Amino acid sequence: MQYVTIKKTDLDKFITELAKGQRVVAPVAKGSNKFAFEDVTSGEQVSIDHIPTILPPKKYFIPQFETLATFDTSKGQDMQPVVECEEMVLFGVHTCDLAGIQCLNMVFSERPKDINYLIRKNKITIVGYECNDYCDEFASCRLVHNHTPNGGYDLFMTDIGDKYIIHINTQAGDAIIEKSKLFAEATPPDLKALDALREEKRKIFANEVPVVHEKIPEMFDKSYNSKVWEQLGEKCLACGNCTNVCPTCYCFDVVDEPNLDLKTGKRYRRWDSCQNEGFAKVAGGESFREERAARQRHRYYRKFKYPMEKFSRLFCTGCGRCSRTCMAEINLKETLTQLVEEQDIKDTKAGRG
Amino acid sequence: MEQIELKDSEYEIKKSKVLRTKQMTETEKYFEIELPGGESLDHEPGQFVEVSLLGVGEAPISVSSSPTKRGSFELVVRNTGKFTGALHKLEAGDEVGIRGPFGKGFPVRILEGNDLLFVAAGLGLVPLRSLINYVIDNRRDFGKVDILLGCKTPQNMLFNDEVDDWNKRLDVKLNCTVDQADPDWKGNVGLITSLIPGITLEPERTFAVVVGPPVMYKFVIAELLKKEIPERQILVSLERHMKCGLGKCGHCQIGNVYCCQDGPVFSYDKIKDIKEAL
Repeated sequence: MQYVTIKKTDLDKFITELAKGQRVVAPVAKGSNKFAFEDVTSGEQVSIDHIPTILPPKKYFIPQFETLATFDTSKGQDMQPVVECEEMVLFGVHTCDLAGIQCLNMVFSERPKDINYLIRKNKITIVGYECNDYCDEFASCRLVHNHTPNGGYDLFMTDIGDKYIIHINTQAGDAIIEKSKLFAEATPPDLKALDALREEKRKIFANEVPVVHEKIPEMFDKSYNSKVWEQLGEKCLACGNCTNVCPTCYCFDVVDEPNLDLKTGKRYRRWDSCQNEGFAKVAGGESFREERAARQRHRYYRKFKYPMEKFSRLFCTGCGRCSRTCMAEINLKETLTQLVEEQDIKDTKAGRG
Repeated sequence: MEQIELKDSEYEIKKSKVLRTKQMTETEKYFEIELPGGESLDHEPGQFVEVSLLGVGEAPISVSSSPTKRGSFELVVRNTGKFTGALHKLEAGDEVGIRGPFGKGFPVRILEGNDLLFVAAGLGLVPLRSLINYVIDNRRDFGKVDILLGCKTPQNMLFNDEVDDWNKRLDVKLNCTVDQADPDWKGNVGLITSLIPGITLEPERTFAVVVGPPVMYKFVIAELLKKEIPERQILVSLERHMKCGLGKCGHCQIGNVYCCQDGPVFSYDKIKDIKEAL
């Protein structure tokens, strides 16, 4: 049994049921069309139809503050490495964010492996949720082929009218379905409805930037000295919002925090940003990316070029968060379009579907 | 959130002991360090370790001793901030945490059989010393050896006794210069670049190994290229903030390379097109 369905009217009941047995986090409406992944205990709290949350679900994979070790220096340099983790179900993850988690998996499983990440990741069960239409004008998920599911979930839900159809991808996902009586085996018309919906999406989603996916790394090969970066540098406030909200930005700082006894304490890591002025500074005071233009370029290259060389994958998920959150209105779709126009490689046929 | 103790964390430190310290200059202090149980650090010349003082922090520091020195290793640290300031307070018998060694050091096996031109400016002598002493300890495995040293003033000179010993050797040729001399100084005065034109070398069998402050590289490399040393035979060690040492935290990234894993030693041909490198 690969597909099951649940009546829309039963969804709240299901989430409430699920949250009785374990920690469940899901998108919750925060007002002004903003959403956030938060702990929920009942289905009514959840906004299943949501635009990308303020912070992506990466916050559960790489927490903003994560203790790496505790220490006690009363008898010398004694430390105990630890991992902070918890079983949870991450509910309602869009395909762009599933892609983001896949990117993080690659980074942290590359040697030397990050054991903290790998332990935590395997305690999280992921329920994906399909977008049947664009969330808003900031998304560019079609460009990076993330508008349809590419794996990375335990269960995946799609709205097909009066019910949701659910793809069971893993044993862990199946265990959730098995525990509930709210699911029925998907019928041939259900599966047909799913196919029809995916076909319809081919018409709705079209390349948001006039370039084909395959040409992007090549375009960045030639864009290093583009004027576009100077323009971004002039606008950028170096606040680091774009990297905080990016589902594939993972740079961090490691900091010690002694307790008031000045003997015990913890060593933790916290999110850092290549957009911060001091990020590439060394002890002598020299900074290797002093200009905001260079730092913005670095951010784009870390999405569209460097990971292509290292992991054969773009690290932009098309979620649109960086553009949505930027106070200076730096817009990823516009930046890419400018680069396309600058190089005269506009591809108006760059496709649909 | 549940906290589970880890046995295999990359962040685990080795509780090590400071065996000896020496104030070398006003701002530089020397440390000899022993890993638990006298375990060997097993490093390559040019690698670095993460030095840790719990409650203060952690910082990447170049290993200054050659792996031919066994049982302990040496660091030289400039006092520039909170962490290095705390490190300077350590004396023999104190404990310090060590992770590593990390990174790619100097390619010693590739250097074997070739002539070597060492160019060390300022604190650059600290990491380069690990290779110089390695070469001296395995002297017959290498060709001609030239050492060029430069620093601001004679008072900034590091490892004076050792440099004197190198100077006395018949199998090493040493040249020293300072930017600003004092009345007792008998050597050259001028930037380190001024020493290069006077060196005689066979470019095709010479490897130049350059370590110094970031601003120096462009100028020294230009002089070395004038001498027709091939680009792939010019080796540099780049300074970046290797915060985690594990190729993750992003601080030491130059273009698509992580200095802590892919470097800090690079051949010039590999980085000359990476704009942020030099």
